[in-house]
Amino acid sequence: MKPHDETLLLDTPFAAGVRRACQLQDWGHWKGYATPNAYEDVEQEYFALRNAAGVFDLSPMTKYRISGPDAGAFLNRLLTRDVGKIGPGRVGYCVWCDDAGMVLDDGTLFHLSEGDYRLCAQERCLDWLHWSALGFDVYIQDETAAVAALAVQGPTSCAALQALGLDGLQDLKPFALRSFAFDGGELLVSRTGFTGDLGYELWTAPNHAQTLWDALFKAGRDYLIRPIGMAALDLARIEAGFIQAGEDFVPADQVLRPGRGRSPFELGLGWLVDFGKGPFTGRSALLRERQRGSRFRFVKLDVQGDKPAADSFILNKSGKVVGHVTSAAWCPSAKRNLALASLQMPWGRPDDALYAEIYYSRELHWTRLEARCKVIEGPLWDPPRRRQTPAPDF
Amino acid sequence: MTEAAYDAIVIGAGHNGLTCAGYLARSGRKVLVLEANDHPGGLAATWEFAEGFRVSAAHLLHILNPQVAKDLALELHGLKCAAADLRTVALDGAGGQVAIYGGKVEGVDAADAVAYAEFHRQTQRFTKVLARFCARTPPRLAERGWEDNLALTRLGWDLRSLGKADMRELLRIAAINIYDVANDRFENPLLKAAIGLDAVLGSHMGPRSPNSVYGYLHRHVNDGLGGGGPRVVQGGMGALGEAFATAAEAAGVEIRYGSRVVRIDLQDGRAAGVTLADGNGFTANLVLSNADLKTTFMDLVGPANLDAGFVRRVHNFRAQGVTAKLHLALDGLPEFRGLASTDASARLLLTPSMDDIELAFNHAKYGECSPSPVMEVSIPTLHDPALAPVGKHVLSAVVQYAPHRLQGGWEAGRTAFLQTCLDRLEAFAPGIGGMVLASELLAPPDLEKQFNLRGGHWHHGEIALDQALFMRPVPGAHRYATPVPGLYLCGASAHPGGGLSGLAGRNAALQAIREQEAK
Repeated sequence: MKPHDETLLLDTPFAAGVRRACQLQDWGHWKGYATPNAYEDVEQEYFALRNAAGVFDLSPMTKYRISGPDAGAFLNRLLTRDVGKIGPGRVGYCVWCDDAGMVLDDGTLFHLSEGDYRLCAQERCLDWLHWSALGFDVYIQDETAAVAALAVQGPTSCAALQALGLDGLQDLKPFALRSFAFDGGELLVSRTGFTGDLGYELWTAPNHAQTLWDALFKAGRDYLIRPIGMAALDLARIEAGFIQAGEDFVPADQVLRPGRGRSPFELGLGWLVDFGKGPFTGRSALLRERQRGSRFRFVKLDVQGDKPAADSFILNKSGKVVGHVTSAAWCPSAKRNLALASLQMPWGRPDDALYAEIYYSRELHWTRLEARCKVIEGPLWDPPRRRQTPAPDF
Repeated sequence: MTEAAYDAIVIGAGHNGLTCAGYLARSGRKVLVLEANDHPGGLAATWEFAEGFRVSAAHLLHILNPQVAKDLALELHGLKCAAADLRTVALDGAGGQVAIYGGKVEGVDAADAVAYAEFHRQTQRFTKVLARFCARTPPRLAERGWEDNLALTRLGWDLRSLGKADMRELLRIAAINIYDVANDRFENPLLKAAIGLDAVLGSHMGPRSPNSVYGYLHRHVNDGLGGGGPRVVQGGMGALGEAFATAAEAAGVEIRYGSRVVRIDLQDGRAAGVTLADGNGFTANLVLSNADLKTTFMDLVGPANLDAGFVRRVHNFRAQGVTAKLHLALDGLPEFRGLASTDASARLLLTPSMDDIELAFNHAKYGECSPSPVMEVSIPTLHDPALAPVGKHVLSAVVQYAPHRLQGGWEAGRTAFLQTCLDRLEAFAPGIGGMVLASELLAPPDLEKQFNLRGGHWHHGEIALDQALFMRPVPGAHRYATPVPGLYLCGASAHPGGGLSGLAGRNAALQAIREQEAK
């Protein structure tokens, strides 16, 4: 693999397989790595995720290994949730904030073994981790390039992985971890994902990556497994109502203008904030926010019609702008036109009459639409198999 | 074990801690001051460094705030000056000298004398603005309330009332270096050296360092209040510390010495009291720390109890001392080359030029001591003979540059640097080496240990624009209140910074009272 000073975009450890499969040559980039937007067809890839199994190369995801005597205490001070409740062998979704209580990033924390953690993040944040480590006896290592990772998501994912030889995988609970022997090394499997469905993420050393890719597609052929690109994944995560740093909020350390950051409460992630666990970065600011009230509410909107409300203003009954859409898509499986939106308080209550101002073009003929929106409470896409253990066979 | 509750606990009986305690007690609060050492005053301390010879850490009183002195009635409580309005005499070691006294300067040509008078006039006007700002809690710039707008308006008005020419000049020079400003105005290298050294004394800066002009204005802040040259305290600077302590006790403050605070106790994120090294604890809703910024937060509160961004700012606060203190017990009165005998009692600056200071500073950048250090020398026994046996003298010198983190360490480097200092003195005062009966060199690590001053920095931290005014010590703690509710900074780490003015203590007390009463 060429280093960054020789090439603008790095290859992931799965590059040989990915390049072979990427028929469209529709390349995007993700944190410095070449990554397919789509391999063959976005719709087919999306439907593989929902009806069969999709494989997504998530090696570029930022990964930090955190260990040492104070690892748990350090993470508890870094993250807003109580890390003590994430036992060894478990994974937790989490966010971390700056002093002002504005979200820096969201990610997943893997408790690999007692006191040994992996933090997966969207953004690079090694400097913030190091600053946060002042006063803690903790060892932090960026292992982004040292861990090859694939997400295998969809209803046939468990069966496909069992065909790969991962015996007993059906008993792995959501947000749990298990290690398997593979290719003379270790394959770590977590029942996690970014699609809101049954799915797994596979973690291994880069030297096993090629073998894993080939074996997985061989074993998964009967389960209609196929590689999926960024576009299909984005559609699936919007349908599942998951937010993404850089799309649905601006990471606090990238915000230039005052007031443009968002707190966990303002992103609908108040459930991740535990005031009872002791000090953590942003605690005082978030306590103040809880007393004074938040500035924004993050909502899922069911938008009338089938025109995605991407980048739309959200208006109230009198036509006043009360917010804007951060992510939007027509969601094929949920059969709804969904928008994730950030609204000024107090807007976004269940009965508020809201309208999305949508502009769309048909053969360069532009039309403006004020589509009625309804606030959706609860998840839009939440199949039972997502939570069932043992995972249902297909 | 927890003892009786107090309304306020002040950590450290430095002059700011005592000032703060005094104001709080005058407001009717029950105040306890806890001091690790067995004497008050912090760096305003005097001790016997050789048998029969006494010396002070801070040796000249430059900027004691007159309002603080008046409010605490320091003179009533024992403050007496052995000398006031000292002349400042710069020596080049080759027989040349320049003496500065108020707006007058001797030993220069007529053009420089006129230029200095004008410079002094402007300094007085500029420092008048600065002095007013230093006596107030700095306003918030981002989340502004009416009182912040009022404070900013006042500052704007003070600046505007300088008139167009002076305001323009202040804005021109405020953030630049003293080297350029002095070269613009003066010819005489000794005069420029004297001004240059005033700007950087106590700082990790050379005259050419950006914003060294601010250091000059800070040192001369009392010029704008009509103050003259520096004063010498009768009995040594320790007597000032005693006067502050007596004044505080007269106001009802309880002071406990030998009581080292090791922890600021928190309750649900609020300051709730302190714990001492012996395990005893005291509770109070208000804790004011006269300890430096890093000691307060990294040691007493602990990073784990603070937000990471604030910890980063505290960590990055520049507080590595470069100033050492040299004390000599002398068998007689040294004779400095070119110095009139009547001027031996003056404040002596030993450096021939600004380049000499800058070259001395270069070494500090790389963790080395200056091979040719610059000094501010005082012979306090000329004003106060009781500090030494009859006929003998004490020489007290502030020496630069001596970096806190010396390459190779101070254990190994101390003797060499002491000899370097003696050699330098010998060049200015031939024969002085033969008079030395005893010596003491306090390098920054010694100051750190003796005065519980992390980094051993004279002013708790660099006096520079990025750590001054609205940003001292760091954003988020620049109004004495800190991110820990109930915990205030009241020492030189806080606005307006170091230098025995008492303002940090006074401002902190007034701000804490204001904030308590607003609730």
